[in-house]
Amino acid sequence: MFSYCTDPASLEGLTWLSCYLTTGKHMSIYWSVGTVLLLLAITAPTALLFGFGGATAARAPFAPLRWLGKGYIAIVRGVPDIAFFLFFVIALDQFFEWIRHSVKCPDWDEPIRQGNDFVVCAEAKLPLGNAAQWVHETYGFFLAVLTFAIVFGAFAANVLFGAMKAVPRAQMETAEAYGMTPRQSFWRIMVPQMWVYALPGLSNLWMVLIKATPLLFLLGVEDIVYWARELGGSKTARFTDYPHGDWRMWYFFALLVFYLLFTKVSEVVLDRIMKRLTHGQATAGGEAQRKAA
Amino acid sequence: MKSILLSTALVAFGAGAALADGHSVVRMGTEGAYPPYNFINDNGEVDGFERELGDELCARAELTCEWVTNEWDSIIPNLVSGNYDTIIAGMSITDERKEQIDFTQNYTQPDPSAFLAMDGTMIDMGSAVIAAQTGTIQASYVAENGATLLEFATPDETIAAVRNGEADAVLADSAFLAPFAEESAELAIVGESVLIGGGVGMGIRKSDGELRDKFDAAIQSMKDDGSLNEMITKWEVGELF
Repeated sequence: MFSYCTDPASLEGLTWLSCYLTTGKHMSIYWSVGTVLLLLAITAPTALLFGFGGATAARAPFAPLRWLGKGYIAIVRGVPDIAFFLFFVIALDQFFEWIRHSVKCPDWDEPIRQGNDFVVCAEAKLPLGNAAQWVHETYGFFLAVLTFAIVFGAFAANVLFGAMKAVPRAQMETAEAYGMTPRQSFWRIMVPQMWVYALPGLSNLWMVLIKATPLLFLLGVEDIVYWARELGGSKTARFTDYPHGDWRMWYFFALLVFYLLFTKVSEVVLDRIMKRLTHGQATAGGEAQRKAA
Repeated sequence: MKSILLSTALVAFGAGAALADGHSVVRMGTEGAYPPYNFINDNGEVDGFERELGDELCARAELTCEWVTNEWDSIIPNLVSGNYDTIIAGMSITDERKEQIDFTQNYTQPDPSAFLAMDGTMIDMGSAVIAAQTGTIQASYVAENGATLLEFATPDETIAAVRNGEADAVLADSAFLAPFAEESAELAIVGESVLIGGGVGMGIRKSDGELRDKFDAAIQSMKDDGSLNEMITKWEVGELF
């Protein structure tokens, strides 16, 4: 990167370090920090949406819809994450390809399953076999977001389901007494009030989600833990200009600091949200705020 | 009626055309953590013996190739579900793997596997704790021969396990272990090496016979004109053909 980096073997101390930390390979770990943050930024709201959908379905008056919601919560929460990530993503990918295959290649006469192989016609490949690498990576990232959202959505659904139940019955009865339809009382009374009950559970989920990102590598998305392991592993002089011993400890230490800072920031933000949500609520926290004011 | 016929013909033609260039880009799947076979270089690109070999094979077979990395654990499932088209990752040809995927002919000789241990250690297969990477031929060899097997996801961790005393020795390809023995005063190749596996080949889906034939022919042509031997010498990955 810097002009003096042409012969790293002759460098020492900070100059060596500055060259070492700016190799193309290190750029990849900096990129992956961005990837992880972006993943969290997209996944969190998506998972919340899935959770809201799941919770609403689980308490729907229409029985099949209720079974669907409850089934989703029970099944996804019960399956180990790692099994879900290994099995589900490949299945999801094959499902998409199978749909595209049925639409685009109706004349295909070979079986789709040939022994172990999953074979669809070339146009049905997702992304297309000749697409650029970044398309493949974006697609992998999209699958990752979807999988994370489904998994964490199930947990969020359970939290929200509980939160909806925790809203005092008196509040709902008052809404009914005012002549609100079930839909109105749901959106105007229950939903605004449930968040205060949901937040502790949701903030837990958020913390778990932050730390679940190493699962990304199972999906072929290279995350920070993968790069820390790869960069920190001992390197012999034959294959790199920057040979070093086993430095994984230092890389993992950097990760530790990163994750701790991240969770700290999250805590501060979540605390603020909690304060705002408690305002004017019929809870102990809301009561304390009222007395202090 | 005419338009139906025409559109059917068009669809058929379209499918045919797509089949012909079904592999307009061949995606080469590798691990990127097993020097000298494959590793990520300082620029963050796939490098090593297999990178050079793969690029040459693609040039000879007139294919456009692209490199992707995948974790070793899930390297076969991702091949059969079509996320890439070949495995070129120092994968030895074994009967077990042949049940799932096809292999091209081998492009390295069966590489002697060696034990790397702290200098002066004696390895007794009956009682030793041997580290090996999960899912490798070396791991099955250790398990079959009575030693206690300690499995790790990456090759690098196996070396670390010996350094910190968790395992008595690592069993892996000699070509991978040799640089570690050379550079570290405390580590050495100990005992006799063992011959396992049938050489390294490219893994290809069973349904992809055409692609396998192309790579087979390219490997044969490199064996015939001696260019494969040159690469093997350059990267020190075992015996010549």
